[in-house]
Amino acid sequence: MSDLRALYQEVIAEHNKNPRNFRWMEDANRMAVGVNPLCGDKLTVYMKVDEQGIVRDVSFEGSGCAISVSSASIMTQMLKGKKVEEAERLFNAFHEAVTKDDPQSDLEALGKIAVLAGVRAYPSRVKCATLSWHTMHAALEGEEWVSTE
Amino acid sequence: MNYPGDFMSTASEYLHRSKAYDVYSIRADFPILAERSNGKPLVYLDNAATSQKPRAVLEAMDWTYRHAYANVHRGVHTLSERATKAYEDARTRVQRFIGAADPREIVFVRGTTEAINLVASSFGRTNIHSGDEILITEMEHHSNIVPWQLLRDQTGAKLRVAPINETGELVMEEFERLLNERTRIVALVHVSNALGTINPVKRIVEMAHAMGAKVLVDGAQAVPHMRVDVQDLGCDFYAFSSHKLYGPSGVGVLYGRYELLDAMPPYQGGGEMIRRVTFERSDYAKPPTRFEAGTPNIVGPVGLAAAINYVEELGLDNIAAHEDDLLRYATEATAELPGMRIIGNAARKASILSFELEGIHPHDIGTIVDHEGVALRAGHHCAMPVMDHFKVPATTRASFGLYNTREEIDAFIASLHKVREVLG
Repeated sequence: MSDLRALYQEVIAEHNKNPRNFRWMEDANRMAVGVNPLCGDKLTVYMKVDEQGIVRDVSFEGSGCAISVSSASIMTQMLKGKKVEEAERLFNAFHEAVTKDDPQSDLEALGKIAVLAGVRAYPSRVKCATLSWHTMHAALEGEEWVSTE
Repeated sequence: MNYPGDFMSTASEYLHRSKAYDVYSIRADFPILAERSNGKPLVYLDNAATSQKPRAVLEAMDWTYRHAYANVHRGVHTLSERATKAYEDARTRVQRFIGAADPREIVFVRGTTEAINLVASSFGRTNIHSGDEILITEMEHHSNIVPWQLLRDQTGAKLRVAPINETGELVMEEFERLLNERTRIVALVHVSNALGTINPVKRIVEMAHAMGAKVLVDGAQAVPHMRVDVQDLGCDFYAFSSHKLYGPSGVGVLYGRYELLDAMPPYQGGGEMIRRVTFERSDYAKPPTRFEAGTPNIVGPVGLAAAINYVEELGLDNIAAHEDDLLRYATEATAELPGMRIIGNAARKASILSFELEGIHPHDIGTIVDHEGVALRAGHHCAMPVMDHFKVPATTRASFGLYNTREEIDAFIASLHKVREVLG
């Protein structure tokens, strides 16, 4: 039996209560809306990427469960100042860590988002954890709408 | 071979105890209730989604596969006759259960959804035209919205929606205002799956008939909870699923008044539903065969009939009284919880407690209580317009069945305290 505490760690509860970078961004040059039609969760991710391909600012708005809100909050903290390629690498590594039966990426390479790796044990909740990341990826790809279904 | 008499002997056991509703001995009839979930005793409170199966249903189906299985209405051999008898006996069992006048008014389908689609497609396309109106309510399940939208788009008819109020009851004055001589059909839910509201179906049927409209009732949540008599209700069509009534999934019932069914064209074409086929034309069989194209779910109706025997032995009135007690007990107990808001407070309500806990998303509630062995439903319950009405993205829902106990509700409340503990 997986320990519930492995999923709902204090850091997740804390980010859920006080999400970081939870705001509209007036001068964003990348933006996408992510929806999970299954539960009605909806997040908007805003990004500001400069000519060198560095994420200068990233924020989000919307409503969701503790897993999706904390994941988005941690993601915005992690991506600020990172190169776009690094953001995509983190997206792929996190996605693999929570969806693959035999994930190759080690937890340390995931950085702070490793606290959400425990969602692997809850297949119905993986989409909650990855919603903001899919949305960020879509924003970088120039898509403005992404759905988990 | 006298099917299903072989199972009636076990049914007689229930007769003796139906005098006093003994929920603990009833629980012993459901093998799955002995399961543990996440190391805790299973507390299954997701009965509005689907219900668990008593041994009598499992055994009836197992027996049929072992001793009476062949294709129905075709073979001249003994086994086929035996299977046909079991299948047709099930039809008669359903007819008596819902008080229909004639077994030919019972069409076996896959479930409530297919039953509604059948009516929208077959009755709808022959009787509903451009400028006509279809009247539904704001509390409908998607299965009683989308088929009518498809029909509207195909015919140019208008789809009107009668609103609900803040307690989750139909606003009767608005319903009356929207009902008019252009209304061809009123399609409404008997008991709302998202709110628990029991609609005044009999009165609505009288109003609709006075206006010349037909009435379809979605009875998926009503049939497991209370006695339903289609002739007393006076409705033209009544749809329900076996799997919510402690029977197998994949089978459901469309009741339709015979003269209406007899005037309706086939819904699907194929084997079984014809009298004669040439390449020029086909003659269709009479109802209900006309609407049962192809090899049907043969054993499903047998399981449904066993489920009906089971609930009737317990007594629908006893079941309703038991579930009403659980709902009352749970409603009072949850009122003490901080941040608790019950969605759906109709004066007449059935065994469904839909709620939100302030600041906590239903999916987090669902996952955390699951760790305590408690199975709840979190989501929009296939009733997104209801969620929109109450301005919530989703709710958490506890729904009670004939085998639930007050102790299980205590465990459910304790698990909600655990949610606060984990998420603060």
